[in-house]
Amino acid sequence: MSVSVEEKKGPAPGDRRHPEPLHEPLVFERSGEGKVGYSLPPLDVPETVAIPEVLCRPDLAGETEISEVEVARHFTRLSRLNFSIDQALYPLGSCTMKHNPRVNEEVARLPGFASAHPLAPEEVSQGALELAWRLEKILSELTGLARVTLQPAAGAQGELAGILMVRAALAKTGNPRTTVLIPDSAHGTNPASAHFAGYKVRELKSNARGTLDLHVLEEAMTEDVAALMLTVPNTLGIFENQILDIARIVHGKGGYLYCDGANFNSFVGIAKPGAMGIDVMHMNLHKTFSTPHGGGGPGAGPVAVAESLVPFLPRPTVERRTDGAFSLDHDRPESIGRLRTFLGNFGMFVRALAYISSYGNRIGDVARGAVLNANYIRAGLAGVYHLKYDAPTMHEVVFSDKKQTASGIHAMDIGKRLMDYGFHPPTISFPLIVYGALMIEPTETESKTGLDAFVAAMRKIARESEEDPEIVKTAPHTTPVRRVDEVGAARNLVLRWRP
Amino acid sequence: MKFLPTSDADRSEMLRAIGVSSVEDLFASIPAEVRQPADLPPPLSEIEVRRLLGSLAARNANARESAFFLGAGIYNHYISAIADQMLYRAEWLTSYTPYQPEVSQGTLQSIFEFQTHVCLLTGLDVANASLYEGASALVEALLMASRLCRGRTRAVLSAGIHPEYRETVRTYFSALGFTSVEVPIGPDGRTDPKALARAVDADTFAVAIQSPNFFGVVEDWKVGSDAAHAKGARAVAVVAEAVSMALLAPPGEREADIACGEAQSLGVPMHFGGPVLGFLACRAEHERQIPGRLVGETRDADGRRAFCLTLSTREQHIRRERATSNICTNQGLMALASNIHCSLLGKKGLREVALQSHAKAEYLKREISKIPGWRIPFGAPTFNEFVAEGPEPASPLLSRLARRGILAGVPLSRWDPDAPNRFLVAATEMNTREEMDRLVAALKAGGTGDRQVPRQDRP
Repeated sequence: MSVSVEEKKGPAPGDRRHPEPLHEPLVFERSGEGKVGYSLPPLDVPETVAIPEVLCRPDLAGETEISEVEVARHFTRLSRLNFSIDQALYPLGSCTMKHNPRVNEEVARLPGFASAHPLAPEEVSQGALELAWRLEKILSELTGLARVTLQPAAGAQGELAGILMVRAALAKTGNPRTTVLIPDSAHGTNPASAHFAGYKVRELKSNARGTLDLHVLEEAMTEDVAALMLTVPNTLGIFENQILDIARIVHGKGGYLYCDGANFNSFVGIAKPGAMGIDVMHMNLHKTFSTPHGGGGPGAGPVAVAESLVPFLPRPTVERRTDGAFSLDHDRPESIGRLRTFLGNFGMFVRALAYISSYGNRIGDVARGAVLNANYIRAGLAGVYHLKYDAPTMHEVVFSDKKQTASGIHAMDIGKRLMDYGFHPPTISFPLIVYGALMIEPTETESKTGLDAFVAAMRKIARESEEDPEIVKTAPHTTPVRRVDEVGAARNLVLRWRP
Repeated sequence: MKFLPTSDADRSEMLRAIGVSSVEDLFASIPAEVRQPADLPPPLSEIEVRRLLGSLAARNANARESAFFLGAGIYNHYISAIADQMLYRAEWLTSYTPYQPEVSQGTLQSIFEFQTHVCLLTGLDVANASLYEGASALVEALLMASRLCRGRTRAVLSAGIHPEYRETVRTYFSALGFTSVEVPIGPDGRTDPKALARAVDADTFAVAIQSPNFFGVVEDWKVGSDAAHAKGARAVAVVAEAVSMALLAPPGEREADIACGEAQSLGVPMHFGGPVLGFLACRAEHERQIPGRLVGETRDADGRRAFCLTLSTREQHIRRERATSNICTNQGLMALASNIHCSLLGKKGLREVALQSHAKAEYLKREISKIPGWRIPFGAPTFNEFVAEGPEPASPLLSRLARRGILAGVPLSRWDPDAPNRFLVAATEMNTREEMDRLVAALKAGGTGDRQVPRQDRP
């Protein structure tokens, strides 16, 4: 592939894009006695405090006094210190940073959704219940699995829900078993979730292709193993091409095949987990279905299950009655119970339904675009950065810093230098099985122009690593702050402002 | 498709660069027998998406178009226009976890400010960057207490804790070998202090009470703290109506070790129950056992103040199965909304909202108690919510009222079949005296009468 790179020297120290000052005081430091940022109607009932004084506080010492205009400026200024998808490619591998359609934001704010209460009578909440029911049906169709719970608040809670259902199903047969198998390439949430579901974790070493080794699996898969938690495709962006054999081995010993569906965006609408022998799988609405990441949440982690796990779904479920009305079913005696209040992150359901409806039966184009873009980046950087595993790439590609370490450049430096070229860094140092990993996920919403610019920047950084390593090691040079002292932050903890 | 920026010409060029002839070739590692297209309807245009979602939204009664008195853990409070409009900014909406502090100072500083608001409200030293919602926040608080009292296996919970919170605790505990014991509330609506103290033993790692409790009754955190500390357990304070913290004595002052719960009422719309905003705060000496993300202050290479995620060695992406929690995300955008809200209202506004909510609930409680055949079963002080008991089953009555544009309350029968006539009524600064009088008149009339015209002019 030929990439034309504009040959000019990259941003250097002192070449600051942001004019000073970038420092924004804390909102508490902007506070000034006597200022007001709100207005309420006068109290139209008698004033009273009918609570004993010992149970009350005298005031809210330390809280702010600030006007609306100052709040507007404060949060606008703060926002400008953030990188965002709307600015440029945000190739954070595993996180699926794709464009967030704004119509989804608009419809989620309709009063019938944003100002609706989960405990209003069902007969006046039919639209909300129908929405949840419809989304469940669609996710069930996309996964090829029998039913879906929308309740988990995020992927990690979805994992826990899934493994608890497995545990309940096994316990019913008299033995919940003791162990969950997890490949060494897995997300950290997998072992943590298995632990909180009461299981020991046994890590499986990946093979030279970067995928699960069938011999390793066969040896580990005993009748003491409750489940294999498998990310498909895995965190290297490689599809487990022996998935049917994997399912056969796991099922052969009476275990369940759990799929971490964080990477569902690479095959949604193209292949169905249910057909692969997967029994239970969580999805991240904020990844595959583009609900906004919001600086770190809210997420939503629906879990799809095969027929065998349906009795154990969290309660309540949404049901359509024979008269066509929708209602909640709390009477599910074998349910694992609840993982949180109410139905889940309903506002995310609204956005996901809007998103899926926009694609409809063309939803497979999401996966086609994501896989095409990742492969294009791979082609553009092959030979420039080391690729430990060269199996076919799906939606993300994991390079490493191996070619650059000779000049003392590490993955972190490359990531920081990307900031100077106007990009967010890829995921750094994950998955753990690739030392110095650079995990790049462009998503389907990046144009060829954007990909070319990213590839050009990465190639340029590779050259700089040889010719001018200092500029890479000391990057970033153009961001609101330079490298921050994270070790110092942990050693000398300051976790709040004090009056 | 307008979300996909790749033209046919681009695609051809890209395929050539990759060295394959079609996009389908890139999917060769997926076995043919599992490939199945999705059976979904054709794509919708933006106009059709608005129409579809609009038609679903139109079939939900909501606080903008009703006289609204629902609570039970989700409350209708004032949110300034600016708090929501700020969330539309792409820099907040479309960014992610601030793993790279140099390009995430906005999010990091906002979380640091949110942590400070939570500390000021709870009277504790350290707060995390938020958790999913109230029930799982209680679970995380209890698991934290279990780590602080290693080897102990049981938690004592007041039955005044939100029933869905308690159910969530049972779900999480089931696999971990922990048990939860529930202590009933007394006839005045408060947790019985003697029963609570009796329930705590040397195997107890936590004692948790909620205030205002599920029935709206104000509890004294110290009752929980004393019961816990007498046996070396940790006291957990649960708050489901966070506005109350602006009026009531904070958990830290009444010797609670951990405060947790739901902060939806501080700037987050009701969203049919989610996304909302869990929080957790603790004492400084326990900060290394806190679950979830934390933001700390530090310096950059040029010596300027900067913020970053800290103590990550507690977290799953580093510690894996030995992490303090499996939680990965926080509730970023909701924590931002709450930071904006708390900053705007601040010292005076948060307090005024609490005082107005309380005064309105007191008015409504008094007026309902005057209706013949009606009573307020619990005598202890309440904050902005209370149990009302009428002469007939609550559920059908509430349904009749809902059809007339009055969302009058939450029936308790789902959790307590022995109290079919009881329901929870909440009031906030959003309620007017006129609509409270309308509710009282409707209750007097047994929920019958003229259909009310839905109001479109509500804030």
